[in-house]
Amino acid sequence: MLTEQFLLLGASFLPMNILVCLSKVPDTTSKISFTDNNTRFNTQGVQFILNPSDEWYALVRAIEIKESLGKGSVAAVMVGGAEDDSLLRKAVAIGADTLYRINAQPQDAYSVARMLADFIKGQSFDLVMTGRETIDYNGGEVPAMLAELLGWELVSPVNKLDIIDGKVRIESELGALTEVLECDLPLVVSAAKGLADQRIPNMWGIRNSRLAVIHVIEPSPVAPLTRIVKFDLPPAKGQVKMIPADQPELLVKLLHEEAKVI
Amino acid sequence: MNILILAETHHGTFRKSALEAATYARKIASTVSGKVLALTYGIEADHAASLGEYGVDEVLLLSGEPDPLGLTEAMAHAVKEKNIDLAVLAYNIVGRHVAPRLSARLEAGLISGAIELPQWQNGTMLVRKNVFSGKAIATVECSTPLKILAFAPNSTQPEKSPVHTAVVSYAPPLPVSRIHKVEVREKKGEVSLPDAEIVVSAGRGLKGPENWGIVEDLARALGAATACSRPVADVGWRPHHEHVGQTGLTIRPNLYIAIGISGAIQHLAGVNQSKVIVVINKDPEAPFFKAADYGIVGDAFEVVPKITEAVRKLKAST
Ligand SMILES: Cc1cc2nc3c(=O)[nH]c(=O)nc-3n(C[C@H](O)[C@H](O)[C@H](O)COP(=O)(O)OP(=O)(O)OC[C@H]3O[C@@H](n4cnc5c(N)ncnc54)[C@H](O)[C@@H]3O)c2cc1C
Repeated sequence: MLTEQFLLLGASFLPMNILVCLSKVPDTTSKISFTDNNTRFNTQGVQFILNPSDEWYALVRAIEIKESLGKGSVAAVMVGGAEDDSLLRKAVAIGADTLYRINAQPQDAYSVARMLADFIKGQSFDLVMTGRETIDYNGGEVPAMLAELLGWELVSPVNKLDIIDGKVRIESELGALTEVLECDLPLVVSAAKGLADQRIPNMWGIRNSRLAVIHVIEPSPVAPLTRIVKFDLPPAKGQVKMIPADQPELLVKLLHEEAKVI
Repeated sequence: MNILILAETHHGTFRKSALEAATYARKIASTVSGKVLALTYGIEADHAASLGEYGVDEVLLLSGEPDPLGLTEAMAHAVKEKNIDLAVLAYNIVGRHVAPRLSARLEAGLISGAIELPQWQNGTMLVRKNVFSGKAIATVECSTPLKILAFAPNSTQPEKSPVHTAVVSYAPPLPVSRIHKVEVREKKGEVSLPDAEIVVSAGRGLKGPENWGIVEDLARALGAATACSRPVADVGWRPHHEHVGQTGLTIRPNLYIAIGISGAIQHLAGVNQSKVIVVINKDPEAPFFKAADYGIVGDAFEVVPKITEAVRKLKAST
């Protein structure tokens, strides 16, 4: 109870330390193919980017919060290999202060969440921000797993986030509902549309990012709980049926009688 | 093998996802033999018994309406007490909290976004799910003693399979979230997009927010949710939660109607799992037609009101 109160009070005058979890994903226009008898994603010729919701929403909002409070820090962490360093540096180009790379190849959501949690437990972050979902494996599992392993609360999705008197005020859009929430720290949030806008690094940021030190963390090994055994491409789409613009009744008839969806 | 589902409720009735979960679990149970249990809340006991029609043998009824933290605890409790081997839930707003938490807490492998029933090979579960924003399908395996399967909403239709069912009240000690709900805003009469069966979506082709009336009219006539492309949400013509695509929501309705949307690869990534796609665009070269089942080349402002009219006629006649 005492620590809780301390955290609450403390957050209003202590600097906020924010950690943003970043994932590496293929560029949105990538052609997706597989190797080794369709058991592995073919990275040949694929351009990698930071996962859009991690970068555009989580990271940018974290930096905006630090800027608006005028204190605190933003750290970014990625589970990945040395080949990911240049991508991770982009976080500094956008405005992050500190970079960590947990030196392992991501295997499944659980092993990534465990390595992140083990790292976070030894640090003193107040707020951990992730993106809502990666655009490669589309799991969206890491945020809740991380919250569970840390014993922290989670808000997901987060479409608006402000710090008011050391408390976090959040808007979470759940279909036709919008919840306005007030949360204590520490907290895990998963960032979604609306939280912030993409930022293009400036010259200064790019220069800083080249000089940035990446702290490499060696994790204790974690066995994954699931494994991908095979990839398939989705079945090809049939031919589109074109309907003359002056026959909307025909479309409605086909949707009712042929497709049976209305 | 004993299966536990999470059966979500809303205003005292089961959500469709609850019936989907029951159907899913019953189909699995019929191939591997075992009991189907459901954990539920916020519903009268005699209503809760209706899950028996969908193949649930035993319903564990919680008091109150626990938050995801409480539901995770209740699921974890039931898993141990009832010798559960497989937990089944929808991968929706609540499922996205509960399933990964349960997985991390019990070190149980989680396969989320399943699009089909699982296959079994000597105690290993194999499930297919969409990856790379619908550009591929992965088969994922899980062999932990407890397994968690979180299926993509709308990937299965509720089917009746009546069994004798017992409803018991269930009261494990549950934690309470410290998150304080200051306000809940509900847009009355709107269909929730993530689990909508029909979605009417529009893009920059509509020219401005004042023109959305024709989109909303069509949606209302169809009982559909509305959605939009990214630039439309970015400039604030429509709320953020309507943004579908690779950087917004991924949806898989039975019918997706795209009006004045060009069909960029990032947009398609969020909607290409829809069962039927209709595209209305004045440009015959719009890339979206390649991903469509039905297409109309024409001006949205002329075509859409006529479609709405035809839908109203159909609804009036059936
Ligand atoms: C990293 C990244 C991520 C992205 N993520 C997303 C995403 O998640 N979702 C998304 O939607 N986009 C996303 N985009 C943007 C995407 O590339 C497209 O720019 C966007 O989808 C285009 O939106 P639109 O189709 O509404 O507009 P436009 O491309 O401008 O298309 C408008 C269409 O309307 C038609 N039209 C115009 N007038 C009429 C009329 N009177 N009647 C009928 N048709 C008419 C035109 O022929 C045209 O096809 C992303 C882009 C990037 C780079």
